[in-house]
Amino acid sequence: MGIPLAWVLARRRFPGRALVRALVTLPMVLPPVVGGIALLYAFGRNGFAGRVLYDLTGWRLVFTTGGAILAETFVAMPFLVVTAEAAFRSMDRRAEDAAATLGASPAYRFRRVTFPAVAPALAAGGALTWARALGEFGATITFAGNLPGATQTTPLLAYLDIESGHEATALALSLVLLTVSLLVLVALRDRWLGNS
Amino acid sequence: MNKRARWLRLAVPAVATLALLTAACGSSSKSSSSTTTTKVAVTGNLNVFAAASLTGAFNDAKTKLTVANPGLNLSYNFAGSNALVAQIQQGAPVDVFASADQKNMQTLVTAGLVETPVAFAKNKLQIAVAAGNPKGITSLADLAKPGVTVVIEGQGVPAGDYTRQVLTKKGITVTPKSLETDVKSALAKVTSGEADATVVYVTDVSAGGPKVQGVKIADADQPDISYPIAVVKATKNHAAAQAFVDSAVSGDVQQSLEAAGFSASK
Repeated sequence: MGIPLAWVLARRRFPGRALVRALVTLPMVLPPVVGGIALLYAFGRNGFAGRVLYDLTGWRLVFTTGGAILAETFVAMPFLVVTAEAAFRSMDRRAEDAAATLGASPAYRFRRVTFPAVAPALAAGGALTWARALGEFGATITFAGNLPGATQTTPLLAYLDIESGHEATALALSLVLLTVSLLVLVALRDRWLGNS
Repeated sequence: MNKRARWLRLAVPAVATLALLTAACGSSSKSSSSTTTTKVAVTGNLNVFAAASLTGAFNDAKTKLTVANPGLNLSYNFAGSNALVAQIQQGAPVDVFASADQKNMQTLVTAGLVETPVAFAKNKLQIAVAAGNPKGITSLADLAKPGVTVVIEGQGVPAGDYTRQVLTKKGITVTPKSLETDVKSALAKVTSGEADATVVYVTDVSAGGPKVQGVKIADADQPDISYPIAVVKATKNHAAAQAFVDSAVSGDVQQSLEAAGFSASK
């Protein structure tokens, strides 16, 4: 979902592109709780899209794992879009043009020329997005609720542990999250330095 | 070196002046409180940490208290009692703690962080449903029905613990869709229509506005819900803290509590 969006933002000129880009990156700076509230009003049982969905299919997002995934995608996807857009923008377009003059179809061109060129950046963006989603708290608790085994994320559990006096578990979970985040950053840094 | 010496020359008298000033303030307030006889007007900052279910009543009392005590700067922190206990243990600046159950208060008593608590209010549980009761919930057993979305407060949150206690006693197994951090957030899930029902206090339902209504739980099934309040030992304003506790037992705060539907503690 993020990659085609990044490609459109990087390669196509269309009216309102600046606005679309601002909207896409908005969740990066938006307080996640506000994101959760926005999702609630859109996809909640009484939200404008949520009501239609519920009436038609009886299916709902709030309090479900799907809801947690939606909340985390909403908050974390801009990290992928921004990284991928930068990669699409900065790659050498002449390679694509050369492939085109040699008769390669657009799909073939994307698969064999564009994609390999931006793949490292996409991987980096993906890792960053994953790490951000792993730590998501605000939008998740606001929109998806908190239920062990369904919508309870690690940070939610850590927060509830510290609230109910289970400091040891909260500390252990925090250390795990800290380690994972650090590993992602270290791995990405090596990749960036290795490429340059 | 030179710079440091100059800094010290300035700092020492400054600190000394400050110490003298505070001492003067302290003694003046002491003398003024001893001259006023019956109703002592309390002053200064007062931080009260209170169970989320006390939000309405305590906010109502704040208006009365600040009219009676113009020099009082009263602020509240409402949350699940368990969360407040954790904050107090971490050294949050607080003068008075009011809990929705004995267990959380006892944690602080055992830790030696509060003075002897007193019971000041009683409450009852009630099922909260959306206005008009669209799911037709009439009893606790209905919460176990398929197709009814229920949220309950999490482990350690007094209202949640009371609810689980009652459900276990009645042999009803309810699978909540979410474990909420306090009564207000549980009730909000019903107000917003995301949940069909939750169990909160009677006082929360009456404070919940036109979007919610209550379904009574029989008196025989009610747990003993008693709210204790205590002065936190680390308080910097003991006079005001004690005055607030007294007012909660029998005073302006108690009146607000009764108006909100709490019953007095004997």
